[in-house]
Amino acid sequence: MTRQLLESTLRVSTPLIFAALGGMFSERAGVINIALEGMMLVGAFGAAVGTLTTHSPWLGSAWGIGAGILLAAVYGICVIRLRANQIVAGTAINMLALGLTPFLCKIKYDVTGQTPAIPLDERFQSAPLYLSWVMVVFCWLWLKHTRQGLWLSFAGEHPEALDAAGIRVNRVRWAAVLVSGALAGMGGASLSVYLSSSFARNMTAGRGFMALAALIFGKWKPVPTAIACLLFGFAEAVQMRLQGVVIWGKDPIPVQFIQILPYLVTILVLAGFVGRSRAPKALGTVFRRG
Amino acid sequence: MTSGQTPAVELRELTKRFGGVAANAGVNLRVKAGTIHGVIGENGAGKSTAMKLLYGMLRPDAGDILLGGTRCNWASPADAIARGIGMVHQHFMLAGPYSALDNILLGAEPVRRGVIDRPAARRKLEALAGQYGLSVDWDRPIEELPVGVQQRVEILKLLYRDARILILDEPTAVLTPQETASLFENLRKLRAEGKTILLVTHKLKDVMSFTDRVTVFRAGKVTGEVATAQTDPQELANLMVGRKVVLGLHVPPARPRPEPALEVAKLSLKGGAGSRHRLAEVSFAVRRREIVGIAGVEGNGQSELVQAILHPRESRCRTAGVVRVLGREVTSWAPRKIRELGVAVIPEDRLLEGLLPERPVRENFLLGLQRSRAFSVAGFIDSQRLSEAASVAVKEYDVRPPDLDLPAGKLSGGNQQKLIVAREFQRQPSLLIAAQPTRGVDVGAIEFIHQRIVAARDGGAGVLLVSSELDEVLTLSDRILVMYEGRVVAEFERGRVTERELGLKMGGA
Ligand SMILES: Nc1ncnc2c1ncn2[C@@H]1O[C@H](COP(=O)(O)OP(=O)(O)OP(=O)(O)O)[C@@H](O)[C@H]1O
Ligand SMILES: [Mg+2]
Repeated sequence: MTRQLLESTLRVSTPLIFAALGGMFSERAGVINIALEGMMLVGAFGAAVGTLTTHSPWLGSAWGIGAGILLAAVYGICVIRLRANQIVAGTAINMLALGLTPFLCKIKYDVTGQTPAIPLDERFQSAPLYLSWVMVVFCWLWLKHTRQGLWLSFAGEHPEALDAAGIRVNRVRWAAVLVSGALAGMGGASLSVYLSSSFARNMTAGRGFMALAALIFGKWKPVPTAIACLLFGFAEAVQMRLQGVVIWGKDPIPVQFIQILPYLVTILVLAGFVGRSRAPKALGTVFRRG
Repeated sequence: MTSGQTPAVELRELTKRFGGVAANAGVNLRVKAGTIHGVIGENGAGKSTAMKLLYGMLRPDAGDILLGGTRCNWASPADAIARGIGMVHQHFMLAGPYSALDNILLGAEPVRRGVIDRPAARRKLEALAGQYGLSVDWDRPIEELPVGVQQRVEILKLLYRDARILILDEPTAVLTPQETASLFENLRKLRAEGKTILLVTHKLKDVMSFTDRVTVFRAGKVTGEVATAQTDPQELANLMVGRKVVLGLHVPPARPRPEPALEVAKLSLKGGAGSRHRLAEVSFAVRRREIVGIAGVEGNGQSELVQAILHPRESRCRTAGVVRVLGREVTSWAPRKIRELGVAVIPEDRLLEGLLPERPVRENFLLGLQRSRAFSVAGFIDSQRLSEAASVAVKEYDVRPPDLDLPAGKLSGGNQQKLIVAREFQRQPSLLIAAQPTRGVDVGAIEFIHQRIVAARDGGAGVLLVSSELDEVLTLSDRILVMYEGRVVAEFERGRVTERELGLKMGGA
């Protein structure tokens, strides 16, 4: 039973980890990424359609990643090019994704709710789980030891210093936002072709925001962020186990209450820790010379 | 300039506008290779703008930049860096949480097998540090290093990149006399090695002792260029301001009233995690109609002292002590109530505590007075009266440009300071707390601010002046307290101490 719980924690944490790493790229570069949720959602949709079309979860995920990058590009145009407010633009992107995915689903499969089911042998068994942890370690090393990693950090901490050092701040930010879209897309893909067997309307159900919370809880660092994702994943795994379980009295706790658990943990964690976590200094600011 | 020799740097008719303001309106400047060239001028005269144009951080609207006679067209600082230009900015370009090493490497990282070769960088830096006596703890986060060391880091950035042309924009504004001396010693060394140095400064003393030639800016134009040996501070000051400036204000002795404006008794502050300085049983009083100067190298508890007076409730980790303002014990008071007793403040960090950089000058003028009857009707701001008062003050205090709608952060550093002074003095304070009131301010404005401080004193205010500028403390203070490592280590009456003695006390002797 504990083993099962552990396994399921690791499994359900996977999309969170991808998305949170995605958020890390964008936010370490100074761009707030509320749009993570939307990028995940189009990623989940793209991956489902891709897998149904190509019959390979790998190629399917590539579609999901592509969809995430596309949406990130739209976001980048809004906030980097046109200097829109990042919270407002991010919210708009989320609403766009929420409406666009059922719409495309209707066009392609003539149903708005759900794509057809992906056969079991065309889905991932456990690859995304391993891949997510490889990415965590990779990101950690990359940030610490590569020049691009250093530029990324400075773009979010002190963009003027980066500019003065001769590096184009907005180019770094563009790259970061696109990578963010790719990772969020992969997060979505692991929802639709790994944890479940189809795309369903609004299937992310706030996971993008949870990833964001994990990022904040993890102080914008890869390893602590991944651990925070595990915490949320654990809450979700417990939630799944508790469904239908009778704890006291005769009846099981209504499922709606149990499903609150992961969100409750998110709120508690944020309320307890946000104050103590230090964001990149230039997070949410526009960079413009002169 | 000797004829026939191409200057290392030449700016020709350089023009740069920001909205309606011509920050540079045809700047001409020639700098001979292997010299230290001073650039002086009033606040907002366009010095920083010209330097940023030369460094590629801004693009000129018109005019040319020539290096060694060839025309350059920078797309970004990367191009200027590639041609051997380096710049230390007026506001440090350092990211607090990252190590000194990473801050120096940024943009010029040595790479081996895909990763940054930090050991190699460190070796190179250690050699440079040895050569110029600029030792730095490479692995410490910048924010834990004192400003003087941060300055070293900025200089090392240039040396690390092998810059041949060094631009330094007010590098000594936050340095102690000792640090300044060692900086200039290094600049001389660099000059001897053939490097060309452009030095923007407000300190005429430094110009006189260390530069070869000086260019004077006024209102976006160059108004004069002279050989340092053939001029004197008075002439430079006059050239800068365009009128005769009184250098070395004469301050008549104080006639203090017995009642204290401010009393601090046994104030102790325990340093929190990470902070190195604290206060140890600091006691003193400032009487009305008296200026008490707190001298000391920055970082010896002065900032904490001011914080503890203004935010007694919030001062982190306060352990003991009492603060009395105008006879009332305020130790548990909210800052607003304290200010309403008639306390005016010129804060140490104007962008952090004095202004809202994104908001227009008009609103900044209101800051802290938003509840005052003078500017509100039934809870709403009376914008007409505010605009009138603000434009009168902006004129009186000569804030340039006198545009009430400009975001305060776009004013030049000195003009930001003047705006704060204008706002604070119209409260007719009974207690004035002025921390580094003339940092980064030009000679004309220094003269003006000093006169205002003395006038406030003679109008009945008690003045607490915190300054690391020896001249300033000596000129203005009726009594001088010296702070060292969180303690008051010496006290002098006006005229009873020499600059040298004071400097020694500040160093802990
Ligand atoms: N980004 C900007 N937007 C609008 N106006 C600007 C901007 N940067 C500078 N200015 C204006 O250009 C003028 C010149 O500013 P600059 O910073 O070059 O002055 P400075 O000579 O360096 O003054 P200081 O001695 O106070 O540093 C000022 O009037 C300033 O308000
Ligand atoms: Mg300047």
